[in-house]
Amino acid sequence: MQPDWVSGLSGGLLIGFAASAYLLLNGRIMGASGILGGLIDLTGYENSLERLCFLLGLVLSPILAIQIAGGHDTQLTSNIYIIIASGLLVGIGTRLANGCTSGHGVCGISRLSFRGITATIIYLLCGVVSIIFFKKLLGLI
Amino acid sequence: MKNLIALFCGGLFGIGLFVSGMTDTTKVQGWLDIFGNWDPTLAFVLSGAIIPMAITWNITKRIKKPIFTDRFPEKTEQKLNRPLIIGSMMFGMGWGLSGLCPGPAMASLSFGGWQGLMFFFTMAIGMLFTPLIAKYLK
Repeated sequence: MQPDWVSGLSGGLLIGFAASAYLLLNGRIMGASGILGGLIDLTGYENSLERLCFLLGLVLSPILAIQIAGGHDTQLTSNIYIIIASGLLVGIGTRLANGCTSGHGVCGISRLSFRGITATIIYLLCGVVSIIFFKKLLGLI
Repeated sequence: MKNLIALFCGGLFGIGLFVSGMTDTTKVQGWLDIFGNWDPTLAFVLSGAIIPMAITWNITKRIKKPIFTDRFPEKTEQKLNRPLIIGSMMFGMGWGLSGLCPGPAMASLSFGGWQGLMFFFTMAIGMLFTPLIAKYLK
């Protein structure tokens, strides 16, 4: 097993290349919550096929990667209340904020977007607070 | 052609997320756990993704338009507003709680078990009802 930072950096580069290609070729910002959310609330109705194709690639490609690299486990909690609360918070939060880690984090910071940088700082800080609160204080996770 | 490219970019994004270890929720929670057993991997993932993307944004200033469409996305108005701040706070809390954000949640659908499906389902429900909630924040 290679050190985590090597896989982290190389995986990160692949994400950066994917976002670059999507922008240079299709003229679109690669944000996971925006691409999915626009399909769900129909605000992205006019390019729904393009969105669907992107999501299809995103969902299916790890299946191939697993065949080659092996090893796969999300280690997601089995506590159904935590899953539901977290899913709702992530779904509503990213749509209200108009972006998540890929949209605000990768595409926003690299463009020096004030909104993207602010959003990233806020969700990183709140993520840290969330861990302190739910893990350290309440022992829920 | 645009759809084919979308399929390719989504695929590359998914492999990148998988390779980087971001579909493993303990790595994400480890990154946020700065007072515990801190895991710096996410910093490498973000830097690896931001560097090529910063170069790409510079290229977009030099070429007139994307290859297959008419224009690059314009920078939206750079004002901070309540939805951005409240939404990012909610997202951060949820992100820490499970260790999943929308990209990895979708990339891990094929192997994430019922837990992953459940997360995706509730996230989609949240997205569906966001327009109703957004009205109260204006």
